[in-house]
Amino acid sequence: MFTYSLVSGILFGIFFGFMALGLNLIFGVMEMVNLAHGDFVVLGGYVAIMALTSLHINPVVSLVIALVLFFLVGLGLFFPLIPRLSNSRDPEMLSLILFFGLSQVLEALMVIKFGVNPESLPLSVFGNSSWHFLGQSYQIAWIVTALVSLVMITLTYVFLYYTSLGRAVRAVMGNREEALASGLPVKRTSAIIFAIGIGLAAMSGVLSPLMIGSLDPTSGLGLTTIAFAIVVIGSLGNPLGSVVGGLVYGVSLMLMQTYLSSWSVLVPYLLLLIIVLVKPSGLLGKGVRHA
Amino acid sequence: MLNTQLVEAGKRQRGRLLINGVIPFLVLVGFSLSPFVYANQAILFQMMAFMALAQGVNLLYGFTGYLPFGYVGFFGIGAYGMAISIQLLHFPGLLAVVMGGLLSAIIAIIFLPLLRLSGAYFAISSLAAAEVLSNVVSNSAMIHITNGPYGEQLTQSYHPVTSYVAMVIVLVLTTVTVIFIRNMPFGRALMAIREDPVSAAMAGIAVVRSRSIVWLLSALIAGLTGAIFGWHLSVFYPNTVFDLNISILAIVFTLFGGYGTVTGPVLGSIVLYGLYNAIGISDPQYFQLIYGLLIVALVLFLPGGIISLIQRRGNYVP
Repeated sequence: MFTYSLVSGILFGIFFGFMALGLNLIFGVMEMVNLAHGDFVVLGGYVAIMALTSLHINPVVSLVIALVLFFLVGLGLFFPLIPRLSNSRDPEMLSLILFFGLSQVLEALMVIKFGVNPESLPLSVFGNSSWHFLGQSYQIAWIVTALVSLVMITLTYVFLYYTSLGRAVRAVMGNREEALASGLPVKRTSAIIFAIGIGLAAMSGVLSPLMIGSLDPTSGLGLTTIAFAIVVIGSLGNPLGSVVGGLVYGVSLMLMQTYLSSWSVLVPYLLLLIIVLVKPSGLLGKGVRHA
Repeated sequence: MLNTQLVEAGKRQRGRLLINGVIPFLVLVGFSLSPFVYANQAILFQMMAFMALAQGVNLLYGFTGYLPFGYVGFFGIGAYGMAISIQLLHFPGLLAVVMGGLLSAIIAIIFLPLLRLSGAYFAISSLAAAEVLSNVVSNSAMIHITNGPYGEQLTQSYHPVTSYVAMVIVLVLTTVTVIFIRNMPFGRALMAIREDPVSAAMAGIAVVRSRSIVWLLSALIAGLTGAIFGWHLSVFYPNTVFDLNISILAIVFTLFGGYGTVTGPVLGSIVLYGLYNAIGISDPQYFQLIYGLLIVALVLFLPGGIISLIQRRGNYVP
């Protein structure tokens, strides 16, 4: 029982770390909380469900479709909204409200398009075999999800630390004004990170029906809260922090579901409250961002 | 010369006081008389409840800059505090309402540390706090106190007229409180804190105490409103009184009208709640789409709400 919840907690944790990655990047670079993050995750889920049910496209292909499609959506949203916002009186608070409005719009559009009933992907979508480990067996879909998540987190890490654009991103994260003063294209970097953030959210959404069971248009805000908790637990702007935060969340959720199942819905909220009140800089954090 | 200026200023001051006084008066007369001409009392009652909640959000966000996404937590606790007082302590309705408001204020004291956070951290953490409250109340382990997920039936204390009158009183008192705070030195101290807490502290303002007072006041408003709301419904479930859309609507009404003013939330509640009743009840998603787009447009073009259109010309708006 304990090993099962620990291992599945780790698998879930890696996925949730990936789910929070887009929020982490946008928060780190732009100092804005994308409250519509969860809604983009849900939209990614709907892409996978639609692709599978009406076009018989495997979710593996949908992963790429969602990433590219929502990268473009992100670019399309960035230019009319964000530059205007950055010049306003209180960009931090106004961006929170703006993304909140955006999340309401997305939720309403999803209800209009897909209805309010929960939708899901069959767990057998990657085959019916299961993975045996230490005397327990795990869904193959969970393994695939965790592997994809791990690959994407690693790619993001490589992008941030071993490419010149990634170096620019880290410079903007560190200090926006100094990055501007040293001639870095801050606006273009922000645009790319915003688009990547939205794209990654939708991409993790493709896998989300396999991990959280089913999706409906209102799942977004809950997912945003979970992602925010993970980002804060793991420290801002650090993709490895997302993994740490995801693991803390995944393992505590699974242990709670095994031993105190009626209280397990409280896990993300309690974790968030504890971490912001006790150590707001996160487990890997150096400085606090007073956002 | 100086004397005439002083007289002028005095006149202007009295004029402003008069305009300020008109608003609670209009609210009082409007909601007291409208049941005689308009039959759908439920709509009037809910409009009042949302107006009071919008004023509570206004008090917190407009004067201190804390945006409480989890404001509904206080509303729900108020409703449950009232219900528990009736079911377990057998209190009469009005006393139970007061108990609901008090319980909400006590919960606000427990959550005082949240005020150490700011911006998005506060907004999302308050949401988490509301979710915790909602899940604790509806948990089946609490069945002997809150009846868990099965809700509360208070048909023995059902009293639509008294609860309507109580809502009018709480709404008028809330409006008066906002007017007082806005026009007293305390309100200006709060706005100084909102703009720059460090400078405000250096100017001798008790930052922590002032914030805490407003936090408790707005929790009390939401608690009383929730208690009267639950009493008026007399049958409700955890999902009814902890519905996140309640905070969302209260915030949207405040932002639409204009935060930091007295008229803003009143105007926002009347216009948008009217719109909600026209199109929202049968197709809530279209109403949600409209207010979502409205928020985006407001943030980009009119962050001060529609009141700021009048203020921009240099007019005084209470």
